[in-house]
Amino acid sequence: MELLLAIIIGTFFGFALNRVGATNPENIINMLRLNDLRLMKVILLAIGLSSILLFAGMYFGAIDASHISIKTAYCGVIAGGAILGIGFAISGYCPGTGLAAAATGRKDAIFFALGGLGGAFAFTLLYGWIKGNTHLFDKIAGGAVSIAQSGNDKYEALLPAINGSVVGIALGAIFVVIAVALPKKIL
Amino acid sequence: MKNSILPWHIGGILLAASFLLAVMIVKPIGVSTQFVIADAAMWDLVQPDIITEDSTSKSGYASPNAYLNKSGGKYAKNAANPLNYSFIFVIAMMFGAFLSSVTKGDKPTREQKHMPEIWRERFGDSRAKRYIVTFIAGFAVLFGARLAGGCTSGHMMSGMMQTALSGYLFAAGMFATSIPLAIFIFKKNK
Repeated sequence: MELLLAIIIGTFFGFALNRVGATNPENIINMLRLNDLRLMKVILLAIGLSSILLFAGMYFGAIDASHISIKTAYCGVIAGGAILGIGFAISGYCPGTGLAAAATGRKDAIFFALGGLGGAFAFTLLYGWIKGNTHLFDKIAGGAVSIAQSGNDKYEALLPAINGSVVGIALGAIFVVIAVALPKKIL
Repeated sequence: MKNSILPWHIGGILLAASFLLAVMIVKPIGVSTQFVIADAAMWDLVQPDIITEDSTSKSGYASPNAYLNKSGGKYAKNAANPLNYSFIFVIAMMFGAFLSSVTKGDKPTREQKHMPEIWRERFGDSRAKRYIVTFIAGFAVLFGARLAGGCTSGHMMSGMMQTALSGYLFAAGMFATSIPLAIFIFKKNK
């Protein structure tokens, strides 16, 4: 059953990635050089809408808060994001869109994925050393925290005094407004 | 033939639906961990003692490698059983992208299969050059993603959807390098 769901949701996600143009590195690079922000508008709208519906869904009991999964915040999240950003800008691929692009017949994406297997393996070998010798895994603001109260007791909220649904929906609305207001081209 | 990409608001709704559906039915979407699972499964083929069954670990599996052994051997377990939700999800994602590309979605032309237009304009049409550079870029992207504990889909999209602090930090780090770098390397020379 779970594997069937993986096939259905995965197929839908890959289909969506391709239909919004995210599997085309040209669109990613043009977004990053602020020349064509269409894809950025797509991403912001997707984050905003899904956030609104997620928090509304949890409020009305349609979505189970146990499905919430907040990743830990630590120094390496920023550093890793920065390293990822370098490869992202050069290639126009991130892990998901790279694999999806390879499936649409892009050969450079196959080399991206092979390099990715190498990078993931290098990290697998270096993890123990990084953990023991650097502060990259030091938690930030308590680690696995969300801004809005998620209704899942495993995670703390940065704004515990305000109703989580209100914060979540308000943040989502902000993303939607930015998505609409963002011009299609800056540079 | 011109590629048919959805208007941004329709695209945003479609992408939102996929992230929402995933968290609603199973769990938030993530991709980059599966590179580790694929690596570990291959590593175990070459060196079978890298993943072992271990009844004392939480997952029932253990590894002498600290990363595969972390969180009670979670990665070791998934690598020993690649037919799990997250791994099949990624395979299905590739199938979905393929399906879309052959049904009037974004399909690269013969030339775009090797490199995007903008790369050709800036760096010429050497395929070897593009392949080597994307290989190195892929290395950096997945190394960074594993250090960060997630990638664009897991941290940025799924994370920010849930208002996770880590998602915001990840996005800040990623755009801090990618935007200036993309502007710098793909400057139009006209």
